[in-house]
Amino acid sequence: MIKTYIIGTVLGIVAVFAAAYFVPVVDQHRESSLIAVTPNGGVRETFHINIPMDRIVVGARTAAEPVPPGLQWPDDPIVDGVRAELFKLRNANDTVIGVASRVAATDDMLGDTIDWVLHFPARGSVFISMRPEAVEGSYRVGRISAGTREFEDLDGRLTERWVSGDPEEIEGPSGRIELVSRFVGKLDSLGDDVHAEDDPVAADVVSGAGSESGELLR
Amino acid sequence: MKYFVALLLGLATGVVTALALLFVNPLAKPRALSPVAISDNELLVFAYSAVADDTIVYTNDGESIVRPYPDKVLQLWERPISRTAVFATLLSDSRNQPAGIGIKFRSDSEDTRLIAGEALADSVWYLYLPGRGSLFVGQRENYWSFLREVVAPAYWSAADNWKGKWFGNVTAGPNALGTGRVSGGSGDFRSVSGEAVEALSATAFSLDVGPVAVDGTLTIELIDPHAADALTAEPTLNRPDPDAPLTAGDPVLP
Repeated sequence: MIKTYIIGTVLGIVAVFAAAYFVPVVDQHRESSLIAVTPNGGVRETFHINIPMDRIVVGARTAAEPVPPGLQWPDDPIVDGVRAELFKLRNANDTVIGVASRVAATDDMLGDTIDWVLHFPARGSVFISMRPEAVEGSYRVGRISAGTREFEDLDGRLTERWVSGDPEEIEGPSGRIELVSRFVGKLDSLGDDVHAEDDPVAADVVSGAGSESGELLR
Repeated sequence: MKYFVALLLGLATGVVTALALLFVNPLAKPRALSPVAISDNELLVFAYSAVADDTIVYTNDGESIVRPYPDKVLQLWERPISRTAVFATLLSDSRNQPAGIGIKFRSDSEDTRLIAGEALADSVWYLYLPGRGSLFVGQRENYWSFLREVVAPAYWSAADNWKGKWFGNVTAGPNALGTGRVSGGSGDFRSVSGEAVEALSATAFSLDVGPVAVDGTLTIELIDPHAADALTAEPTLNRPDPDAPLTAGDPVLP
């Protein structure tokens, strides 16, 4: 009987360690990536943010209606020119797949800054610094400054624009922020010789890849 | 029958023993010494409160111990983001003066392995420092020591809380020395790289509200010596860089 007890003890220990080793503690839910292969290399992926339902935070000293209600924006003058927004991020199927931040700042010395961070729990994060100047008055473009995990070895660009919603759709979004990314491997980095007309991301936006026309995101 | 009972008792003993071994795990020790603390490079040190009510905004799935703040903030209940927490906070510098805004995204990591003493999270910081520019920090964090020495004792406490002193680095990668990766964004930090270590200092934790008195410190080492010079120099205008790959040869951009 002692032998049986000892065998049971060993089995119990082995079972727990095996479970701890093989059974995943965390299993992030994944949605399939909806990507399109671009003609001259890389992949294009489109994300969007429905406004106002995906807006988590709008924080700024000058925000007339901060989101969420009751948000206490710091009253320190150092953040006077900073506007921070947090959003839920959706894929082309209108499914939430991540969260994003957009920080727009005006600084007398540094000029304007517009930075995006896109965070996908199952994939990684991307950091993009946008050029503040509008391209053809309708969108902005920025280059990937850094990425983590799946995006660590990627280079590429991101465009942002505002697409107005259907005014007749009362319960629908008033519009959406559309983000179009083009990712390429760092070895195939977008070189200095890439022209906008050859850039699928910019070209798609300019020509109106969707059916709606877009405008500059404020 | 008695053999069956003996087997069950043995299994129970084995399970309890294994769980105790996993919990005690002598190989999983908190790292109190920061790899960047002994650096000769320029260090930026930012402090923040890890208490949700001290942040500008804190949100998660709404079902965790830490409640979202403010109450009416949108919660991250959708499945792909339900194991994620996001907060924005005002960062203080080493002189305890406001330095800028920090936004942190933190998601539970699928690489979590309790057998190795790893309760991992993948997180990124976005920092905007007025007058200087923006920085991005990508890191992997290990909360095992915090869970074992702070959260678990709170569960065992009859009052459902913990009081004491705990300090440890939570950054555990992805760099070889267990540091996070820093990338510059705009302003003086453009093209800057570096390493970062985040540490937590806890004195009180409650199962009702989560951290009660927990402070965080984010230490950033800027490896680019030109970036360190830039911190003491006059800020430069954020003009398009003619050498930047994005602008060069791109006719649609002015």
